[in-house]
Amino acid sequence: MSGTFTTLLSRDLRNLLTGAHGAGAALPLLFFLSIAMLYPFAVGPNPTLLAKTGGGVVWIAALLAAILPLDGLIARDLEAGFFDQFKLRDISEEWVMTARLLAHWLSFGPLLILACFPAAALLSLDGETLKLLVLGLIAGTPGLAAVGVMIAALTASLRGGAALAGLLLIPLALPILIFGAGALARSDPATLGFVGAISLLLVAIAPFAAGAAIRASREG
Amino acid sequence: MQASLSATDIACRRGDRLLLRGLSLDLKPGDVLQVSGANGMGKSSLLRILAGLLTPYAGTVQREGGIGLLDENPALDEHLPLGKALGFWRSVDSTPDTLIAHGLEPLMDVPVRYLSTGQRKRAALARLDAQGPQIWLLDEPLNGLDQDAIAGVGALVDAHRRADGICVLASHQPFPLDDIQMLDLAQFQPDFAQ
Repeated sequence: MSGTFTTLLSRDLRNLLTGAHGAGAALPLLFFLSIAMLYPFAVGPNPTLLAKTGGGVVWIAALLAAILPLDGLIARDLEAGFFDQFKLRDISEEWVMTARLLAHWLSFGPLLILACFPAAALLSLDGETLKLLVLGLIAGTPGLAAVGVMIAALTASLRGGAALAGLLLIPLALPILIFGAGALARSDPATLGFVGAISLLLVAIAPFAAGAAIRASREG
Repeated sequence: MQASLSATDIACRRGDRLLLRGLSLDLKPGDVLQVSGANGMGKSSLLRILAGLLTPYAGTVQREGGIGLLDENPALDEHLPLGKALGFWRSVDSTPDTLIAHGLEPLMDVPVRYLSTGQRKRAALARLDAQGPQIWLLDEPLNGLDQDAIAGVGALVDAHRRADGICVLASHQPFPLDDIQMLDLAQFQPDFAQ
C-alpha cells in the first residue's frame, strides 16, 4: 500500500508542479509576489505604513494564491476516469485524497513561505514580523491546502466549478487568516497555535470529506 | 478462486427516469455476455453498476474476483507520452511492460493528447490486459477501432475466456467472437417508460 501511495504522490506532484493540471507551481508564486510588489505602489512608499500593514497583505496574497491551483486539482482526473480506476483497484478515495493533499501543499506551500523573504523586503517588514509571518504560513498553508482539496473535490463535477471553488475558499479559510494575521497585529506568537490547530483539524478531515465528495459525484 | 458475477433483480434510475428493472444475470468462468440496446437505454449504467461504481436503485450485485473496466475515459495523462502514461498504471498494478504485445510500441513517445480515439482505446485495453482482473467490463470496446484492431479485441476476449475469465461487453455492433451470450436491454424497460 505504501508503494501505491508513493506512486500516487509522485504522479500528483509531477502534474501539479508542471502545471499539466492547471496553473502549475510558478503561477501562485508570481501572483503572490505581484501583490507584494503592487501594494507599495498603491498605498505609497511610506515605510511606517508599509511595515504596519504589510504583514496582513502578505496573508491576503497567500490566501488568494492558494485559490489558483484549485482549477483542475480534482476535476481533470475525475473526468478522465482516474478515480473510477483507483476504486476498481481497491485504492480508497481517502488514500488518493491524502496523496493529493500532500502534493497540493508541496506544490505551493514551501514556495510561498520562501517568497515571504523577498515580499518582506518589498514591504519593509522588520525581522520580528517576518518571523511571525513565516511561522504563521508554515502553520497555516497546510490548512489552506486542505480547504482547497475539499472544495475542489466538491465542485469537481459542477460546470463552472473552478470559479465557484475560488469563491468558496474565502469564507472557509477566514479563521486561518484571522489568527494568522492577528498574530502579526498583536506580535503574539501564541496566536499561531490556533492557526496550527485549525490547520491540523482541516488536514485531518479533508481526505474524508473529499473522498465522500468523489463517491457522491459518481451517483450524480 | 473461481470468478463469478451475478446480479439479482437490478433496477437502475438516472435522474427521475427509470431505465431498467428486473434485470438478473449469472455469469461463470468462461462466459462472455454482450449487452445490447439503443443509445440511452442504460448499457453504460449497467456496467457501472456491475463494477460497483454506481449503486443500483434496487437489487444486488455479487462478484468474486477482480474487476477491470474499459469505458470512454482512458484514465491516461493527456500531456505525457503514452509510454509514461501507461507506466503510471504499470507501477500501480505492478505489471510488466505490455506495449510490444499490443503493437503500441511505435506510439510510445507520442503524447496521449495526439492519439486517435482508437489508439487510446487500444492503450486502455493493453492496460486492462496487463492489470489481469478476472472480470472484464468493456463499454463500447469497438468504438473507433479499425478492422484489424476489432479482430484483435475479439482475440483478446477469447484468450480471456479461455483463461476462465468473465467478460461483459456493451456494444451495439456485432462482436467478432462465436458462442457469446446476448442480453437485449429492451426487455427490461419499464412498461410505463415515459
